[in-house]
Amino acid sequence: MIEITDVTKTYFTGEVGFQALRGVSFQIKDGEFVAIMGPSGSGKSTLMHILGALDTPTSGSYMLDKKDVSTLDDDQLADIRKESIGFVFQAFNLLPRTTVLRNVMLPLVYAGIGDGERVKRAEVALLAAGLDEAHFHHLSNQLSGGQIQRVAIARALVNNPSLILADEPTGNLDSKTGEIVLGTFEKLNKEQGRTIIIVTHELDIAAHADRIISLKDGVIVEDTKAHKKRTSSH
Amino acid sequence: MKTSDLFEETYTSLSANKACSGLTVLGIVIGISSVIAMVSIGHGASSQIASSIEGLGSNLLTVYPGAIQPGRGVVSSGRGSGESLKNTDVDALRQINGVVHISPELQRRFQVTSLVGTNTNSTVIGALPEYIQVRNVSIANGSFFSDSQERSLGRVVVLGPTVASDLFGDNEPVGSTVRIHKVNFKVIGVLEAKGGAGFFNPDDTLIVPLSTMQKILAGNDFLSTIAISVQSKELMSQVQDDATFTLAERHRVDPQSPDFSIVSQADILGTLTKVTDTFTLFLAAVAGISLVVGGIGIMNMMLTTVTERTREIGLRKAIGAKRNDINLQFLSEAIMLTCIGGTIGVVLGCGVSFAVSYFGILQAKVSLLSVLLAFGVSAAIGIIFGYYPARRAAMLNPIEAIRYE
Ligand SMILES: Nc1ncnc2c1ncn2[C@@H]1O[C@H](COP(=O)(O)OP(=O)(O)OP(=O)(O)O)[C@@H](O)[C@H]1O
Ligand SMILES: [Mg+2]
Repeated sequence: MIEITDVTKTYFTGEVGFQALRGVSFQIKDGEFVAIMGPSGSGKSTLMHILGALDTPTSGSYMLDKKDVSTLDDDQLADIRKESIGFVFQAFNLLPRTTVLRNVMLPLVYAGIGDGERVKRAEVALLAAGLDEAHFHHLSNQLSGGQIQRVAIARALVNNPSLILADEPTGNLDSKTGEIVLGTFEKLNKEQGRTIIIVTHELDIAAHADRIISLKDGVIVEDTKAHKKRTSSH
Repeated sequence: MKTSDLFEETYTSLSANKACSGLTVLGIVIGISSVIAMVSIGHGASSQIASSIEGLGSNLLTVYPGAIQPGRGVVSSGRGSGESLKNTDVDALRQINGVVHISPELQRRFQVTSLVGTNTNSTVIGALPEYIQVRNVSIANGSFFSDSQERSLGRVVVLGPTVASDLFGDNEPVGSTVRIHKVNFKVIGVLEAKGGAGFFNPDDTLIVPLSTMQKILAGNDFLSTIAISVQSKELMSQVQDDATFTLAERHRVDPQSPDFSIVSQADILGTLTKVTDTFTLFLAAVAGISLVVGGIGIMNMMLTTVTERTREIGLRKAIGAKRNDINLQFLSEAIMLTCIGGTIGVVLGCGVSFAVSYFGILQAKVSLLSVLLAFGVSAAIGIIFGYYPARRAAMLNPIEAIRYE
């Protein structure tokens, strides 16, 4: 359960501040599949970073599973990220000159999972994200944009997080692979009850979601249940 | 995060940035090995000079005519300027307790020619047979002259090895004749080579009986030095004092400002040690500069790596790394680099010093202190400049770090 209230975020570049979020509030229940839409620069990534416990709001509160995230210290935030959040960055951010498998395993390394288990889970996640086994031992800079994207998704899935945040996860994919990836998210959502929040520009991708939140200039302009309401599996 | 994972992470990071790691290691290697090599060479030079001074004769006191002039040092002053030392002084000195051998000498440079026409300009020393014991020389070939040859103004000469080869080349000198200052001398022996002692080369000399030197070659009966060999090290200062009083009394001068000077081997050694210490210090300073330069290289490398890797640090934090995980990783990377570089540097430095000894240039000796110092400095630099920037980066929140430029 996510609850944010009156969240603002101001970026300071020198003397002048730029307010990227100007009072955003909503609740997202466990197991919801939410799409966030909005024009470029409307604050979608900023919001995602806050939801992912990667950045802190300038003001307002963020409750994740009844815990007030804004009061946690650096290491406690790291624990939350490690245990309950999988994040797909807009710019993917893989470790350079490191193999695909190792990139995906890294969250498990920090979680202290054993060697054999780690490899197994990384392979499962990579297959789920639709990456061909042939690429598992390639270095991250030997991959195509779409492959990088799938590795980034696999890394977000590998620690079985209850909350998956993906910032334009299908931006670099052709529509067919896009469907596969989206199918992965839907399956995680429907079969395992994971909460999923994705940022997207494409309406037909957003159509897979239960709910669409639209941002513009740092405020919510629309928050609608999707037309084809799906029944929750639990 | 487990320790084995930490090592694996460290290893993968280092091998992923081979160029950076390589250059950092190189900086450390150069710094450490040059300090070790230079300091060991400096030490080698010092002990070599010390041992060749000792090779000139052990527990030696040398009496020179003339006073030591303040400010002009011990070694060169006063020498030959006075004509205060006489043969009779020698007999008085011989009475002093602790004196084992005594070698009065008169030396001059003369033109020396062989009968086949080769010639050289060398130092001719007039001495007694005791010269052998006092000056610690040995005969390679032939014999030294005897007491009776000395007393009877014998025209015999013992050649230093340098002179022998200058005059005779590969031919046998013993039995031949040389002309010193237009007087014919019979060669009866050749000395064993000793090697130079810096300013004086004992191999480039000819030794003739003292009486012959005084009466025939020089035409006066003064002495240029009296070398006294003392029974033991402990007696050196005692004998030096006694000799000073004895000579001052005989010359009717104040012992505080005598017309002669007595220099002990320790004095010469002390002066030379000062010189070689300065030399060692100079080498150490040069090495120190290369250590600093190497250190700046390491520093620069570490700072750029960390700046470049701030994004990576952000990313690691984003997927669950704690500050400590980051700190430990960068710390162990820095330690790993300094250990690798340090070990190679120590091995290389010792190798250079070993090679210098092996090829007979110098008997270089590696000092533990220089190893520790060099290792310590570069380890400190590597760890401080690898660890602290990483620590700073680990304090940023993940998004700030990922966006860092
Ligand atoms: N670190 C930062 N410093 C200053 N301004 C920033 C920073 N990050 C984002 N902004 C600004 O905040 C605003 C929102 O940025 P954000 O990245 O959230 O947009 P977005 O909705 O994700 O856009 P896009 O769809 O292009 O990814 C933008 O105007 C951007 O310039
Ligand atoms: Mg964005």
